[in-house]
Parts: sequence; C-alpha cells; structure tokens
Amino acid sequence: MTAKENETMKNGLAAAALLAGGFGSFMVGLMTLLTEMSKAINTALIFYKPSGPLSGKTTVAVIAWLIMWVILGSQWKGKDVAFGKVVVVAFALLALGLLFTFPPFFLLFGA
Amino acid sequence: MELTFREWLGTIHGLIFGALFLLSFSGGLFALYGLRPEWMTADGIKSRMVQLKIWVWTMAGIAWATVLTGTYIVYPWYRAAPPDGTTNLSSFSKALLLSSEATAKWHTFGMEWKEHVGWITPIAATVVAYVISIYGPKLVNEPKIRKALTWFFVAAFTAAGIAGALGAFITKAAPVR
Repeated sequence: MTAKENETMKNGLAAAALLAGGFGSFMVGLMTLLTEMSKAINTALIFYKPSGPLSGKTTVAVIAWLIMWVILGSQWKGKDVAFGKVVVVAFALLALGLLFTFPPFFLLFGA
Repeated sequence: MELTFREWLGTIHGLIFGALFLLSFSGGLFALYGLRPEWMTADGIKSRMVQLKIWVWTMAGIAWATVLTGTYIVYPWYRAAPPDGTTNLSSFSKALLLSSEATAKWHTFGMEWKEHVGWITPIAATVVAYVISIYGPKLVNEPKIRKALTWFFVAAFTAAGIAGALGAFITKAAPVR
C-alpha cells in the first residue's frame, strides 16, 4: 500500500451516505404511515394504477433519499464530521423506517 | 410440470434474485469483515477490494431489480381485483387470501409488511456499495466506517430476509398465476 493510500480519508462522504440512507429508509416508513393516516395522501400517491399507492410511496421515498444524499454530500465533501453522532442518527432513522413499515404499528394510525 | 409466464416471473423475482442476493450478501460481508490491516498484505487488500466491490454492487443491483420487478410486475398481478361475480379466485391472490379468515393475515400482515420493508434493502445496499467504492483500500484504516457499513449491510439483509420469507409463505398460500 502506498503512503497516499495509507492516509486517513475525510469521513464526510461516508457520513453523508449513511445519514441519507437512514433518511431514505425513514421516508419509506413515513410514507407508509402517512398513506395509512390519510385517504387523500393514499390516493395522491397512486402514480401507477396497477401497483396502487406503493408506486408513489416508494418513488417519493427514493427521490427524497437521493436529494438528501446530494445535499449532505455537497456539504460534507472533504470534511470530517462527528461520525459517531451521525451514525447514531442514521441508525435511529433506519430503525424508525423498519418500525413504521411494521403493520401492527402503522395500522394503529388507520384513517 | 410447467410454469405459466407469471409463475416464471414470480420465480425470477423471488427465487432467482433471492438466491443471488443471499450469495452476494455472504460474499460481501465476508470480504468486508476480513478487510483488516492485521490480517492482510497490501496486495491482499487490493485483491480483496476488487472482490468486495463486485459483491456489494451485485447485491445492490439485485436488490433494485427485486423491488422493481416486485412492485411493477408481480405485485399488480397479486393485487388485481376479480371481476364482479367471480367465484374461482385462484388467479386473484389478494382476493383469495382475504376471502378466508384463515388466510387473511397473509395479506393484512404478510404482504403489507413485505411490500414496504423490502424497499429499505436497495437503499441500504447502495449506501454500502457507494462508500466501499469511493474509499477503496483506505477503508482498511477506517474501522468506524467499516463497522457502520457492516451494520448497514446487516440491516439491508434483515429487511430482505423479512420480505423474502414472507414472499415465500404468501406464494405458498396463494401463488400468482
């Protein structure tokens, strides 16, 4: 390994990707929850009729994830951030995403 | 012994992609876990990085292929509403499951969870693949990033495992025909 490769790289891009990934997972869960809470949102998210609102929920979540990734990546590129704290938030968002997609939880909020 | 066109696509979505995902996850996790300076030579790290990138991008690609084929090809067949007066529901999986109290939970719990949680997998897998690609061999000196990636990797697999297992059970109870 060369000396250059041995250098420690700034952690900003990794932190941005992980936090955006947690946010994207959270958005999948949030969209699931919102469509359960509101029939209007449920209907509005039917982007492709044969797939129903699942098409809109996932499309919105993926777009939100990518936008967040671009924003965080551009802000943190070439910087060191508080990686431990970012990872805790990323995993908290990931856990919320998993929780919000769990039917016994989101059905509690049924419209 | 033959499969219909829909059964073929259901098999590709669940069984073929599922098996390839499992394989790429195992290979990727093994390669990522073994990426330690005390265990490898410089040449070994370079060789391991090539393998790792192939495994993780394969995993991410398969995860995207699985959710896209599931959401836009197989799921519409699953949720298609039967025409009024239909008595044989065997071609309408969702309606078939909901027609009996004994099987309704496969939809209200199983499919409702599967169709959403599965989408977390490609997001998490893409994050892992991207970070591994941009950091390359420098990851060897970044134990905190490696650890976070490993747990993201496990989260991706957990979501895929839930979706895959529920998919197998639902297909057993009411296959898409």
